[in-house]
Amino acid sequence: MIQARLLKSMPQDSGKPAFSFGAEFELAGGITAVFGPPSSGKTLLLDLLAGLIRPDDGRLMVDGQILYDRATGVNLPPRKRPCGYVLSSPSLLPHLTLRQNLLFAASCRGLPRLESHRVVEEWIAIHGLAAAAQQKPGEAGAESRLRCAFARASLAAPKLLLVDELSEPGIDRAEVLKLILESQSQGAPAILYATRRIEECLELGAHLLVISAGRILQAGPCREVLEKPASVEVARLLGGFNLLPATITALDPGRDMSRLKLDAVELTGPYFPGHLRGDRVTLCVRWEDLRAVPASGKPGPNQLAAALLRVSGGRHSVRLHLAGDLVVEMPLPEWQQHNHVRQWMVEFPPETLRVV
Amino acid sequence: MSPTSYQTAPPRNFILAQRRRLVNGDPYQKILIRFPASPAEGLRMDIMDAPMQSGWFPLWLSLRVAAVATLAAVPCALALGWLLSRCEFRGKQVVQGAILLPLMFPPTVLGFYLLVLFSQGTLLAKAWESAFGSPLLFTWRAAALAALIHTAPLLVRACRDALEALPRDVERAARSCGASGWTVFWRVALPQIQRALAAAAVLAFGRALGDFGITLMIAGNIPGSTQTLPVAVYSAASSGNGAYARALVLAVSALILGLMYAAARLEPKRALR
Repeated sequence: MIQARLLKSMPQDSGKPAFSFGAEFELAGGITAVFGPPSSGKTLLLDLLAGLIRPDDGRLMVDGQILYDRATGVNLPPRKRPCGYVLSSPSLLPHLTLRQNLLFAASCRGLPRLESHRVVEEWIAIHGLAAAAQQKPGEAGAESRLRCAFARASLAAPKLLLVDELSEPGIDRAEVLKLILESQSQGAPAILYATRRIEECLELGAHLLVISAGRILQAGPCREVLEKPASVEVARLLGGFNLLPATITALDPGRDMSRLKLDAVELTGPYFPGHLRGDRVTLCVRWEDLRAVPASGKPGPNQLAAALLRVSGGRHSVRLHLAGDLVVEMPLPEWQQHNHVRQWMVEFPPETLRVV
Repeated sequence: MSPTSYQTAPPRNFILAQRRRLVNGDPYQKILIRFPASPAEGLRMDIMDAPMQSGWFPLWLSLRVAAVATLAAVPCALALGWLLSRCEFRGKQVVQGAILLPLMFPPTVLGFYLLVLFSQGTLLAKAWESAFGSPLLFTWRAAALAALIHTAPLLVRACRDALEALPRDVERAARSCGASGWTVFWRVALPQIQRALAAAAVLAFGRALGDFGITLMIAGNIPGSTQTLPVAVYSAASSGNGAYARALVLAVSALILGLMYAAARLEPKRALR
């Protein structure tokens, strides 16, 4: 259980603009993905948790142990915090072999000599580093370095494992995800992983912290955040949403119905609690929730005619970019049947409509 | 050059040297300039027949002075380099400027300042006397201090640059896995810059051999006592003792080239990651 309220303002530094960070969150165990665009404060958050940067104000508790509290003046140095940290590059000491790197970390953690040898051999075995253990980081492969960095971070059985987005070239992202899942099965109680890729969050099945410009915008299970983004900003960051300005023209809680005016067409949707008639809102629909059919005759209810501008494709589905900033994602076979069609009718299924 | 122009009493060994000169006759007077018949003969003459009024003493003295100066400069440079590359504090610019000052000031001016600072009766002079038991000025220690001031700025800069070039992530990682500040310095940063530091120290040693102005001002030009190699070359050349000057010059040239070679070999070839 991690409870954190952390505030930090970084003054303007050569080249970097001033940055203010403020986050308050609670995490149960498991994997949490800190999702945000580049320079949104992900690494700063990890640094604050690890104790590499001192916050200006706030409080940090991990499993009932206070790591930082401004009010009482507690600020544990990094070596006394139950945290392991994998930085954005493996960052092993270049003058030591991989084994010596692990021994160095063990001795820094204050393990007795014999014990640290035992623990290090154990981790070398777990991560299959036996062949590379005598190599220096400069000679070892990228994968060995990565595994060594993970072993070093998890050496002292941390309560909180921090993994920054690995940006070093030559590192396989799938390998990173595998190592994170392995760390979880090896008993890391809580893992925090910073990433800018939503696919990775989905793959890890993680709890999500959406962070942007030093603020936490939304927290929750990954699926839930993807289905119900709390704001336009979150929806933009997550990607995959049609965001269309609209006006609420009618609300009927009794029949769980509402009407939205979108440019020229009126759409029927479910009742939107917390909104009033006449509110200007943003309609937020996932690309794959919209249905597109070749245009034939007049648009029916909840349908909108649009011309196809371009198509971008994936392995299993294609995205139709239509006039009026509409994107519809459809399965590849369906597209192959109609790939000559230019005029499409886009249908907004009422139950998928959401406003933010 | 008369030592009485200084505000201190002439040191004992200077008087001894003067006395020796009176007894033996001035060695400078004995030198006959003989031109060699060929360059090879000239070289042989320079090395073998050079009238050595102080022998190779200036070379040994310079080596000792430079070694002491370098040994003293390395810890200062490491501490200052660490401070300047890792810490933010008020007056950092001032410290950085102060370190560069010795490179900018004319050496004789610096020497004059030191002369005033260490002249008899000042606090610094008293502190030095209580620490080392003898006054500083016109001893080999003054030459060492001169060489230190001459060479330290370069070494500090080299240390700072080497430390600044280190990837910070390695230090962050070390700290996150439990290293304290000292451990980071000794076991993370220092091993990474040791080659660069050794190369810089070799170059600093070479530069320490060469101080002239400050040495002349605070250590004087006392043959057999404080006459370092550059001063000896100057004296020999200006008194017409070309052969002696050439011998010293050749010796120190060989030495400097050797140092350059050593520094180039030590220079890290590639950045390790």
